[in-house]
Amino acid sequence: MVEIWLIFLLLIMIIASVVAIEVNSKLSAIITLGIVGLGTSLAFLFMQAPDLAIVQFLFEIFAIVILVRAFINPTKHQDEKSGINKFLAVCTAIVLLLIVWQSLDMLKSLPEFGNPKMDTAQYYLDHGAAETGSANLVTSIILDYRAYDTLGEVTVLFTAILGALAILRVKSKKKVEVSE
Amino acid sequence: MKEKHGMTLIVRTITRISVWLIFLYGFYIIFHGHLTPGGGFAGGVILALALLNYMLAYGREKTENWININLLHDMESASAILFLIVGILGIAISGSFLANWLSGGKLFALFSSGTIPILNIIIGIKVCAGLFFVVWTLSIFHIEEEAEE
Repeated sequence: MVEIWLIFLLLIMIIASVVAIEVNSKLSAIITLGIVGLGTSLAFLFMQAPDLAIVQFLFEIFAIVILVRAFINPTKHQDEKSGINKFLAVCTAIVLLLIVWQSLDMLKSLPEFGNPKMDTAQYYLDHGAAETGSANLVTSIILDYRAYDTLGEVTVLFTAILGALAILRVKSKKKVEVSE
Repeated sequence: MKEKHGMTLIVRTITRISVWLIFLYGFYIIFHGHLTPGGGFAGGVILALALLNYMLAYGREKTENWININLLHDMESASAILFLIVGILGIAISGSFLANWLSGGKLFALFSSGTIPILNIIIGIKVCAGLFFVVWTLSIFHIEEEAEE
């Protein structure tokens, strides 16, 4: 049953992403992209991963706000109409089909849906609550068993924001100097 | 009372109430990260969205009066160090980096599971300040571009 819903969601998301490319107005394109993100969030919910669903949902809202802020500016960003090179498009399609055809065997050898091959997941389910005292097993994994990964994630966020601040500040400082 | 930035009176009135509700929800998600779905990361994004809501409704200048931007900047940097301090305390007390050096406590209690709620709060502060800063810097950048034209 879940699989049918997932396929339905995936179809909607594929249609939405095609519409986002084809539609003329930028605002409509951004909103249609939002459908893709919210569909991903719903898919996580169907697969019983509410933690991921919450984060995906919030980040979609955040991304849409930033995209609207960045692109809805009538004076700037005058985009050129780019025609599609038909030869290149056909080549890309052929290469993609070849890759899919070659990887069919590999896809067959994947473990069944919902049955991971690793034993660690079962260990976390059995001992997680007793060892960490956290009722939410996802949190017990990311902040206890795998806290080192979370430290890396925090560092990545810190560095990314530092870089963004530095680049934008440098640009605005240069402008101040020019205007002086 | 017409101001240059920000939105209409209706939006402002709703925002005045809704910002606090969003804040409440964000803190709930952070503090209950070890009990219910969510956690520091999701809660931090909710807090950042609350600040963003205020900024969109009232404009940049009022936001600058409302929250201390420099304090937010310091909190963002300090939370990265606090995370490391919690980890190093793990070496000192339990013998390994980022070990859970507090007692687990009772399952399903609000104050349980050792260092996990502490780390959740630290990550929440960090994500909230960091994401709000991205939007803040982008808005400054845009204003300077417009001023130049």
